[in-house]
Amino acid sequence: MTDSKTTNSNTLTESKNMKPTQLTTRQKVELSLSRRRAAETRFRMYGMASVFFGMLCLVVLFTDIASKGTAAFKQTSLKTEIFLDSSYLGLTKDSKVDEVRFANFEGLIKRQFAKNFKPSGRKETRELFKLLANPEVLDTTISIELLMDDDVDQWFKHDRDLSTDETNDRLSTKQLSWLNNWVEEGRLDTHFNTLFFTNGDSREPELAGIHGAIKGTLLTLMVTLLLSFPIGVAAAIYLEEFAPRNRMTEIVEININNLAAVPSIIFGLLGMAIFINVFGVSRSTPLLGGLVLTLMTLPTIIISARAAIKSVPPSIREAAYGLGASKNQVVFHHVLPLAMPGMLTGTILGMAQALGETAPLLMIGMVAFVVDVPGFINDPSTVLPVQIFLWSDSPERAFMERTSGAILVLLSFLVLMNTTAVILRRRLERRW
Amino acid sequence: MSTSMQHIENHITTGIPLSQNPKLAARNVDVFYGDKQAIFDVSLDIGANEVIALIGPSGCGKSTFLRTLNRMNDTIDICKIKGEILLDDENIYGADVDTVPLRARVGMVFQKPNPFPKSIYDNVAYGPRIHGLAQSRVELDETVEKSLQRAGLWNEVKDRLHAPGTGLSGGQQQRLCIARTIAVDPEVILMDEPCSALDPIATAKIEELIDELREKYTIAIVTHSMQQAARVSQRTAYFHLGQLIEVNPTKQVFTTPQHELTEAYITGRFG
Repeated sequence: MTDSKTTNSNTLTESKNMKPTQLTTRQKVELSLSRRRAAETRFRMYGMASVFFGMLCLVVLFTDIASKGTAAFKQTSLKTEIFLDSSYLGLTKDSKVDEVRFANFEGLIKRQFAKNFKPSGRKETRELFKLLANPEVLDTTISIELLMDDDVDQWFKHDRDLSTDETNDRLSTKQLSWLNNWVEEGRLDTHFNTLFFTNGDSREPELAGIHGAIKGTLLTLMVTLLLSFPIGVAAAIYLEEFAPRNRMTEIVEININNLAAVPSIIFGLLGMAIFINVFGVSRSTPLLGGLVLTLMTLPTIIISARAAIKSVPPSIREAAYGLGASKNQVVFHHVLPLAMPGMLTGTILGMAQALGETAPLLMIGMVAFVVDVPGFINDPSTVLPVQIFLWSDSPERAFMERTSGAILVLLSFLVLMNTTAVILRRRLERRW
Repeated sequence: MSTSMQHIENHITTGIPLSQNPKLAARNVDVFYGDKQAIFDVSLDIGANEVIALIGPSGCGKSTFLRTLNRMNDTIDICKIKGEILLDDENIYGADVDTVPLRARVGMVFQKPNPFPKSIYDNVAYGPRIHGLAQSRVELDETVEKSLQRAGLWNEVKDRLHAPGTGLSGGQQQRLCIARTIAVDPEVILMDEPCSALDPIATAKIEELIDELREKYTIAIVTHSMQQAARVSQRTAYFHLGQLIEVNPTKQVFTTPQHELTEAYITGRFG
């Protein structure tokens, strides 16, 4: 290598001293070489810089979200003993289930602590109630973990080491002194936040979870998939294989391409105007969301399915026609199986797009505050991106944390879907 | 040479385009792609159990003519055909003719081997399956074996019938395509340059095969190789710019061609 380089530079210096007309072809080529190499190197640098920039943005985004969001998967709770006072609860060993259910457990817990302090009751009450299904525990002391309020949670996770003046004003000095006591006794601790995955939305950040949103998302996507895949593939097959080449088909084709470029919020308005007002589909339901997202995903699926059909080699069609296969047989025995990987990839990408879609769902009322986890497609519900949108609007610090946590969950869904797309394509791809 | 490449008005085919015992008969066939005419008034008989070679320079319309014989051109929207093509005295362009049974009777082998991305067995079994030719699994097995044997491929693939057909070599793939065509038991086989993608050894095997197939089938073969035309065919038709110039017994065409264009082509002055 070094040898050839020195000879190159020798010829270069020689040729620079000569007039251009005196140069041989070889010398001219060598003169242009360095320019060409420089151009190539420059282009490579640009390419690497853009890739690097893209990766950097991605890394910054992910670390930011992850650093904020991972804390949402932890929740602070207080280990405490509680005396199940039968006289306070007004229960005896023979009490009926209903009596137990409405007994004042919350009061019992509150009695344990100073007034200003607010442990939120729902979960603990339920647990105590479960415990009392076994009446033997009445009038004994049991150990339970009390879920801490979001302010305590934030203080414990983030501000514990700061001096009192620096911390937020959401906790009083008195509260802080209690908390510090508990920390010293080792009774405050964090554990995995299961509630985040098992609860629906709530006004209390420590109780708010994404179960409702995840279920709503899955139901909505199910409706979208069940409608858009068959309709999209059927439309693509018809347009590609059966439709006569005339003006009408051309207009349909152009409009499908136009639909793909329509801003998604328009589909929301359309859904509101048609599905709600004309067909009377109830608002805020996964059924309605799925219908609207179907409208939005259809063009994507049709376009990718048509591209997949077009990429089936004509030689395969000819072979089948040459054997006397009918049009239907050619399409369903040969074209469709070969186009399937491409169609599935397009569909999954469309689904991923639908998964992250927020704007049209805001229009059809999926932005409502829904506490209950939806059971089926006609129950009011929300979806993950809308849940993120809702939480990001809340002033509580703990909701910010949960916003990032929900984003992490949404992103992992996206990654999962795209990975499935890649794997499916590899699996189904047949070589010819 | 420039004059010889020009289109001749009102040309009449030299030689003997008609046959005593025609299986397929083309009468005054014109083919148009949109506004462009590709075939001009061709009349040609293909006799039963003969091999006819269609030769001519590139773009002369021989492949187009071949594809009109089983209506493969129907799949091209802009392609329009005038004239008649009679298969056993019945016009295949008649109003009520279905292309499905027609193509089962007139099979086709293409230039590039195009096995389906399925197993060897399924490739051969596909035709019998869609036409319902085999009543049972055993019968289908027999048809597949018989077809592969007749295509001279059985001994090479009998141990791996369920391996993908696309994994075979080019020559084997082409013989698989021939086996697939004869599995439907057609009456006529059209071959569009079946050896152009193959090496000389594979070509020799296919040519041998064509010779054997002649006993049972009528074969029309388009080829660019004049040696091949001389080796496998009994009659040769020379096409030039969409016209059928000369049809004569193969020996005569290659030794004493009647038309000057034919002579110019076979002596290598153009094409």
